Amino acid sequence: MNKLSAYERLELIRHKNRPTVRDYIPQIFDEFYEIHGDRLYGDDGAIIGGIGRLGERPVTVLAQVKGRNIEENKKSNFAMPHPEGYRKALRLAKQAEKFKRPIICLIDTPGAFCGVEAEARGQGEAIAKNLAEFMMLRTPVISIVLGEGGSGGALALGVCDELAMLENALYSVISPRGFANILWKDASREREACQIVKCTAEDLMRFGVAETIIPEPVGGAHNDLYKISENIKEFLLEKVEEKCQKDIDLLLKERYTKFRKIGEFEENEDIAN
Amino acid sequence: MLEDLFKVVKTRFNGTEGKSDEGVRKKDIPDDLLFKCPRCLQTIFSEEYAALNKVCPSCNYHGRLTVNERLRLTIDKGSFVEYDSDMISKNPIDFPGYAEKQAKLRCETNLKDAVVTGEATIRGIKVVIGVMDSRYMMASMGSVVGEKLTRAIETATEKKLPVIFFCASGGARMQEGIISLMQMAKTSGAIAKHSEQGLLYISVLTDPTTGGVTASFASLGDIIIAEPKVVIGFAGRRVIEGTIKQRLPDYFQTAEFMLEKGFVDMIVERKRMRSTLAHLLKLHGYTDENRYNN
Ligand SMILES: [Zn+2]
Repeated sequence: MNKLSAYERLELIRHKNRPTVRDYIPQIFDEFYEIHGDRLYGDDGAIIGGIGRLGERPVTVLAQVKGRNIEENKKSNFAMPHPEGYRKALRLAKQAEKFKRPIICLIDTPGAFCGVEAEARGQGEAIAKNLAEFMMLRTPVISIVLGEGGSGGALALGVCDELAMLENALYSVISPRGFANILWKDASREREACQIVKCTAEDLMRFGVAETIIPEPVGGAHNDLYKISENIKEFLLEKVEEKCQKDIDLLLKERYTKFRKIGEFEENEDIAN
Repeated sequence: MLEDLFKVVKTRFNGTEGKSDEGVRKKDIPDDLLFKCPRCLQTIFSEEYAALNKVCPSCNYHGRLTVNERLRLTIDKGSFVEYDSDMISKNPIDFPGYAEKQAKLRCETNLKDAVVTGEATIRGIKVVIGVMDSRYMMASMGSVVGEKLTRAIETATEKKLPVIFFCASGGARMQEGIISLMQMAKTSGAIAKHSEQGLLYISVLTDPTTGGVTASFASLGDIIIAEPKVVIGFAGRRVIEGTIKQRLPDYFQTAEFMLEKGFVDMIVERKRMRSTLAHLLKLHGYTDENRYNN
């Protein structure tokens, strides 16, 4: 397989025909019912949630919504959630836990929205709470990064038992643009930043952050929606079944350990300088 | 009287960047002789500022403390036993200049990374404590910060001890790429497990608490305390200003703003911090015999 550079992938996932969750959901799930609102403040268009069927099994779907055009993007705020989006996701996750439904998170966001209202409504608290609560949810959680996985805004749907990356998806602590801006005070050096920040599916496998890479059709997901949806569905059917078979306490232990072991440091002895 | 002195100092030294003749004069005076408050912009002699435990006498801004200063003001003298004092980070994404930068900071600050953790007593009550130090890469969270905090929380869970974290951070440490992001999940997960055991976690937000730290353990306290006038937020102020194309009021993203919006439980002045913590610990059943009454 011809591996693309991180920057080529960035261009690919920004392709105007890159499929979004609005394309994927009807392909992958049956009888999908969208459920709105966080029951606290409002309904955030950047994250849609709902119940549907994956094969025979009812599942809860939480998905970040990139618009396919300006109209859709206005509604979904270019997939940048406000706190109520994360709170809706948590509400539906708790509901899934109650009814013993596995949770499928579809990640595709440049990041949590940065704005006055988002701050006033506790963007930090909303994300933090999801991290803590998802770690303890007594039902399987599978996350897939579809395109862009931007920082804490992505991680808020990324505390899971298994993380998959679409082949060309990127997942990063900061957008390459933001990274370039901080590094060189020059956002236009995105291409170089992309390489340095190490955010491709292969990088994430190496760091133990992702467990699976879902292959995309030649030239990228937009070239064959049917095929890429099939690949995603196949992965989900297998993993959901596998995780559902597992003893829930063991599953939770493994989920904790998955994140617990990430970190690169050294201690004493070898550093006496 | 004192105020007059500040005025003189202010007119002489305020806002000069070494270009005017005042700037020339400023050169004779070491930089660290004066402290300019980032909130009210009043200038004060550093010695005076230190004697006030780094609280601005004009506006009550609670300035940044080093780990040692914080411990001295918070815990019982001689009670601190440090955890993981030798842990240092690697360079997981081979970030250019990261190792050098850290070596330099280690020399300058005598820290190994941006957090110090350990066990101590506060008025006889045993706690696990973590203190972040903004001098070290703005106390950003990478592998070492994440690991040390997580270990501290896990130890507290094991020993059934309360956790007190003095948070300060610019956010995730981007020099460690995605690994730094994962520290948010790691620390938050450890807090969730600590909480599950019915144990108390008090998070104290100090200047500045932002980004990925706000979006993880800092916001998960059973009790969230903030010091007066400190910056607390998720997104960078300039990022938001850039988006909305206007300047935000000074009040935005302060401790007082966060209290008003419902994300901080109480604002506590430094001089009352130790007694407040001790009282809260006692109210949750922790005693100076280190017995947890459930
Ligand atoms: Zn002041």
